[in-house]
Amino acid sequence: MPPDPPLAFFPRLALAWAAFFRILFDGLFAREVAKLRPSGELPPIPTARASMASLPTIPPPAPVDTALQLLGLFQREGRFVDFLEQDIATFSDADVGAAARVVHEGCRKALRAHARVEPVRTEEEGTRVTVPAGFEPGEVKLSGNVTGAPPFTGVLRHRGWRAVDFQLPIAIADHDAAVLAPAEVEL
Amino acid sequence: MSAAKNARTSATNATSRDGALGQYVVGIDLGTTHSALAFADASATSDKPRIDVMPISQIVARGQLEAQALLPSFLYFAHLSSDGPMALPWDPKRTYAVGEYARSRGVEAPARLISSAKSWLSHAGVDRRSALLPLGAEPDVEKISPVEASWRYLEHMREAWGAQPGRVAEHALAAQDVVIAVPASFDASARELTAEAANAAGIEHLTLIEEPQAALYAWIDAMGDRWRTQVKPGDVILVVDVGGGTTDFSAIAALDRSGSLELARVAVGEHILLGGDNMDLALAHLVKGKLEAQGKEIDRWQMVALTHACRAAKERLLTDADLPSMPIAIASRGSKLLGGGLRADLTRDEVTSTLVEGYFPLVDAAARPAVRPRGALTQVGLPYASDPAVTKHLAAFLARQADATRKLEGFPVPQPQAEKAGALLHPTALLFNGGVMKGKLLRDRVVAALDSWLVADGAPKVRVLDGADLDLAVARGAAAYGLARRGRGIRIRGGTARAYYVGIESPAPAVPGVEPPITAMCLAPFGMEEGSEADLPPHELGVVVGEPIRFRFFGSSVRRADRAGTTLERWKREELDELAPIEVTLPAEGRREGDVVPVRLRAAVTEMGTLLVEAVPLSPLKPDERWKVELNVRSSE
Repeated sequence: MPPDPPLAFFPRLALAWAAFFRILFDGLFAREVAKLRPSGELPPIPTARASMASLPTIPPPAPVDTALQLLGLFQREGRFVDFLEQDIATFSDADVGAAARVVHEGCRKALRAHARVEPVRTEEEGTRVTVPAGFEPGEVKLSGNVTGAPPFTGVLRHRGWRAVDFQLPIAIADHDAAVLAPAEVEL
Repeated sequence: MSAAKNARTSATNATSRDGALGQYVVGIDLGTTHSALAFADASATSDKPRIDVMPISQIVARGQLEAQALLPSFLYFAHLSSDGPMALPWDPKRTYAVGEYARSRGVEAPARLISSAKSWLSHAGVDRRSALLPLGAEPDVEKISPVEASWRYLEHMREAWGAQPGRVAEHALAAQDVVIAVPASFDASARELTAEAANAAGIEHLTLIEEPQAALYAWIDAMGDRWRTQVKPGDVILVVDVGGGTTDFSAIAALDRSGSLELARVAVGEHILLGGDNMDLALAHLVKGKLEAQGKEIDRWQMVALTHACRAAKERLLTDADLPSMPIAIASRGSKLLGGGLRADLTRDEVTSTLVEGYFPLVDAAARPAVRPRGALTQVGLPYASDPAVTKHLAAFLARQADATRKLEGFPVPQPQAEKAGALLHPTALLFNGGVMKGKLLRDRVVAALDSWLVADGAPKVRVLDGADLDLAVARGAAAYGLARRGRGIRIRGGTARAYYVGIESPAPAVPGVEPPITAMCLAPFGMEEGSEADLPPHELGVVVGEPIRFRFFGSSVRRADRAGTTLERWKREELDELAPIEVTLPAEGRREGDVVPVRLRAAVTEMGTLLVEAVPLSPLKPDERWKVELNVRSSE
């Protein structure tokens, strides 16, 4: 059976545009797409038409609503924005410490209620570890004399963190997420 | 209000189900401070269907919806011009919020908040169908009855259940078997009002279970088959349940009935309004005192923040025995976090002296809770326990129920001390429940107190049954009971936890200043099983047609031998508790207004688990003529 004819430019552009966002925001879809890419092979040599299609453009900024929601959550539970917005230089360490306890307790509660954060590497920091071949570069950052090929052996400086099961509250319509905390007037 | 009336008339119709059984059994913990819902798929073919907790979708902050395992039992009436509607996915125009946001918003606007509705539901001193909550609210705030508040909590859970992804019509909560847990100490009218609230909330197939029993079902479920190696005939399992608002005790005996193990609930305690909220408040007052000694002033808002901070600090100090103290920091209220904040420490010694010694003192078995005489002009308010010592309440319970296992068929261990004055019921196993009991030091203290009493009596020390989730056990156990009712798992027998009596004035010459003597006739004996009817007592009462007639009503959690019709001329004061009176009105149909009709009162326990009292005329005008006797009449004006 002959292969299907290649898609024309404009339908391809539309597809690329749609796929770009779906890949960016839909992790499951992205995983399926990633499976289509043969690993370890060189990308095909671009044809003239293909290079036109992949003209480098800066993607539009990610939507900020969930980020605002997270800030609002940390403010509500742990006075996070209050803490960052205040100039703390003139206060004593005791004052900063007392405030840090408020922020720590509240934000920690909020974080733990909405995500499970676990270390990327479970070994003790300061011990020698081996980074095997085929490691995920996003998970392990190499530093120092970065050269050669895996497996790498080195000292674990930071265990890393990974958020698992992150879930935010559902925003109900008409709610302005940009209001991180409403002004309060006591009657 | 009209909906409440409709609910009342139909509350007793909800017992039987026609057609197929629901796919799910659902257990609901309708708690004083938190509620939870657990469920199991009864259509699953496995031996033991898995019980899961359903996180309940609720408003957690302005405009934010989230599902959480616990639904705080709070209701906040929105100030619509400033709060806007309390939009839910299933109702964008709702005027009130239930759950987490209700609780936190209620701190900021307390006059619009309802809390502890369940304690009001069991408070016989008020008309529980009257719109009295929030107590003392401004005229422009809507008010509802304690029954309606409970109904709104249950309704929220029904709606959240229905809004789960993938639901179809036959999954609606109305079509499932729902088990709601109530305190063992709830009397007949509080149980009936709970059933009424559930019915109004659209729950159609309802059964009630006592909370401590639910906790034991949850433990059995969590243990799997291993539980049979831990409980043997002759065991008496004491359940100590200290929640946010109430303390509840029950004793469950393990019996040998023709070779097989059977569990029977043999005793329940009194209704004690004492719980974790009191304890947190006590700590907050302690820290407040320390701050005031430094010249700081504490306003109401800071006091609430202080209470929250003390609760968190307490939980750490009670769990981790190595911590010497926990810092308490209260931020200032404005956007400037630093400066103006409050900082204090809560030390281990303070927690020990306030909570462990204050609420769980090591006392002698003869210790009894102090009774504070009530002033004649008491304000409308909840009847909080006047003695905070949980261990004293426990000693009183064990002494009062010393005879609970005597004459118990299939109970292999005679209790030799039962005749002795000051004897105690001897538990052999101990199951904790309720959020307060998460504190290890408090659990240890209960065990220590109990062991000291047992050892003094020459009895073996108690064993602690571990392994249940203290926050969610009641909801899980209620679902497990739902499965057991369908024959999947052992059932705890028990029946009614009280015997019920009607007060009859004896004919006697009137003496000024002396109350006419009263006799108490047993209507419903102790331990009546669901779906059973008591014998018709021989005593006749005259009821005037067309006029409401009230009778004094009593309950006893210790008189186990009385049969329906037994008449008591005198009794010990602590044997019978007076409950809210009962009332019957005979409609004039076929009879002349003002005629006196002789009737007998008969009691039955519905399949749902509520007490039903009916007036049966001696000469009926039509077959099976009877009138319902209203249980929940306010006792005193």
